[in-house]
Amino acid sequence: MDKTFTISIYSENNVGLLNRISAIFLKRHINIESLTTSLSEIKDVFRFIIIVKLPEENVKKLIQQIEKQVDVIKAFYHTDEETIFQESALYKVKSSALFEERHIQNIIKESHANIVTVSPEYFVIEKTGFRKETDRLYQDLAPFGLLQFVRSGRISVSKSKMGISEILKKFKSDN
Amino acid sequence: MKTKDQIALQAVESESIKISGAEAVIRCLLAENVDLIYGYPGGAIMPVYDELYKFQDQLTHVLTRHEQGATHAAQGYARTSGKVGVAIATSGPGATNLVTGIADAQIDSTPMVCITGQVGSHLLGSDAFQETDIIGISTPVTKWNYQITKASEIPEIFAKAFYIARSGRPGPVLIDITKDAQFDNFDFAYQKCTGVRSYKPVPALDTHAVTQAAELINQAKKPFIVWGQGVILGSAEEEFKDVVEKSGIPAAWTILGLSALPTNHPLNVGMVGMHGNYGPNLLTNECDLLIAIGMRFDDRVTGDLKTYAKQAKIIHFEIDPAEINKNVKADIPVLGNCKESLKALLPLIQKKSHDQWMGRFEELMKIEIAEVINKDLRPQKEGLTMGEVIVSINKHSHGDAVVVTDVGQHQMVACRYANFAQSRSNVTSGGLGTMGFALPAALGAKMGAPEREVVAVIGDGGYQMTIQELGTIFQTQTAVKIVVLNNEFLGMVRQWQQLFFDKRYASTEMVNPDFVAIAKGYYLDAKKVDKRENLDAAVAEMMASDKPYFLEVCVEKEDNVFPMIPTGASVSDIRLK
Repeated sequence: MDKTFTISIYSENNVGLLNRISAIFLKRHINIESLTTSLSEIKDVFRFIIIVKLPEENVKKLIQQIEKQVDVIKAFYHTDEETIFQESALYKVKSSALFEERHIQNIIKESHANIVTVSPEYFVIEKTGFRKETDRLYQDLAPFGLLQFVRSGRISVSKSKMGISEILKKFKSDN
Repeated sequence: MKTKDQIALQAVESESIKISGAEAVIRCLLAENVDLIYGYPGGAIMPVYDELYKFQDQLTHVLTRHEQGATHAAQGYARTSGKVGVAIATSGPGATNLVTGIADAQIDSTPMVCITGQVGSHLLGSDAFQETDIIGISTPVTKWNYQITKASEIPEIFAKAFYIARSGRPGPVLIDITKDAQFDNFDFAYQKCTGVRSYKPVPALDTHAVTQAAELINQAKKPFIVWGQGVILGSAEEEFKDVVEKSGIPAAWTILGLSALPTNHPLNVGMVGMHGNYGPNLLTNECDLLIAIGMRFDDRVTGDLKTYAKQAKIIHFEIDPAEINKNVKADIPVLGNCKESLKALLPLIQKKSHDQWMGRFEELMKIEIAEVINKDLRPQKEGLTMGEVIVSINKHSHGDAVVVTDVGQHQMVACRYANFAQSRSNVTSGGLGTMGFALPAALGAKMGAPEREVVAVIGDGGYQMTIQELGTIFQTQTAVKIVVLNNEFLGMVRQWQQLFFDKRYASTEMVNPDFVAIAKGYYLDAKKVDKRENLDAAVAEMMASDKPYFLEVCVEKEDNVFPMIPTGASVSDIRLK
């Protein structure tokens, strides 16, 4: 049965690694729901967060293939319950809507969104939260005319410990 | 041009010397004990070739006739010598021509380093002449790859490349070097790589798993070993033999495991898989314990997974954690190099013999001999069979040749009937099934084991995919024996068409050229045999030659290879006809 899993990968920061990771999914005809990359808590160690909908059995095998890559330090998979996760969305709306429609101010207030910038032509709202929250704000704002909308991939941290520093420390002491 | 002595002196005198990136490439290869590479020059790799010219007394470059040939030759060299094979090519088409060999090396775990030239770094991404994204193209089929854009990166990346290619589960690594990085000068110093922090080549030996494995082995009534190339790659032949002999367990091989245990060993019960032996396949579904050693449960070995060894407990000795539970769920996975794990296992297992169980293999072998093998090896019909050619090769090589095969019917027949006395004697394209592999691989195999007799057995289809490497064999005078089994068909595909597509022989019949004339065109000794009474003498003459030799044998056109497990069927559904 398909289930949403968060795959976390700690890796070296090498050109081409993204290609190597995505090739693992491509080869198995697996769709990536979202993907974000960033620095991790450790200097020079990169982190990927990839969201997939798969049976757990397949995710396990995927993790094995990812960890097999030379530049990957460690990979994990977690269910939603095992992680703290968020997505960010930006909404660009024409400024006239903000001044002419009182209602829009209530929407912003109630959704706990932030106004990032205001110019004579447009203003930009930022909302970070769960998918359903950014979706709701999208639906609420859509009637006023969205000039642009964008949502980030999921970022997440696990509730349990990852232990990457220990792996790196062990490598250092072994060599 | 510097002399060899001057270069050596310079290397000794200073720990770090200022040299070009191209010269650094050569020095890295020498530091990794490479003395032979295969390749093809071109624009973007010319600085390195210029250095090869200067270092030709220390590093031999074999000019193949196509870059694909360079990769297969490097593979053949790696497979017989156990060293890392090296192939070099220019950018663009030179690089893309390497891809088939790289993919082959990846799936068959062959240690190989490929070096490609690349356009200057300022031209990257500009669709320059002979620019291709070989890093992107080769990513899914390499163990690791890297693009060097600065000369100063060369020593570290080469050290890492060789370390990664040969360690753990071996595989191909590609290094792409921009032309400016080859020209630039820098302070060169080489340090061998001893570890990469994100890469754990060999998992730690799990002694608890070894103990559990020993318990299962000691309790088993009908245990069965299936071994693969891991035994050879781990140089674990002795440890493996000790375990087989002490436990008295019948052992069968995958196509890449072949030759790790001598053919005539009493516990060697033959081959598993699609065209493997009758007993090993049928009894896979009768054993109570399946001990898989250094093999990966390929679909050609297992057939239908839903009906594969369901009654048995499974122990899986494996170096690559990604193989555990990938296709077949292991009750006891034993991670690690099997050389270590088998050594640890040996004292824990009881000395036993399984006479009654071995008797089952012998019974089924009798059936296979009556139904299949007699027809293959002692045919009553007029036409020659592939099997009797292999028997003749066995006879005149005293069962001790390196046998290099291509892909198809001849490959299955050769693997089934060739005799092997020592390890690293079977060179074939197993996982990828690359037609055109054998001729260049045989060249490399002979160079990797010059003291050994190397016989390439090739079909008429695959032979014509890399036939141009006859030029390389001639130029280097490499004494490989080339046997083309000519049935004027793409035999294996034709067999499938006959069995599964109502004999609709779509594009499998070949109108062939005069192969002897072609060989003679390359000034090779060559002969053709089409009658049984001439076969033995021709093979004897070929084997007695100390030069490269070509022998064409015209065999029966529409023979089939049996036994056979149809695709997707269970190993129990193995057919004898």
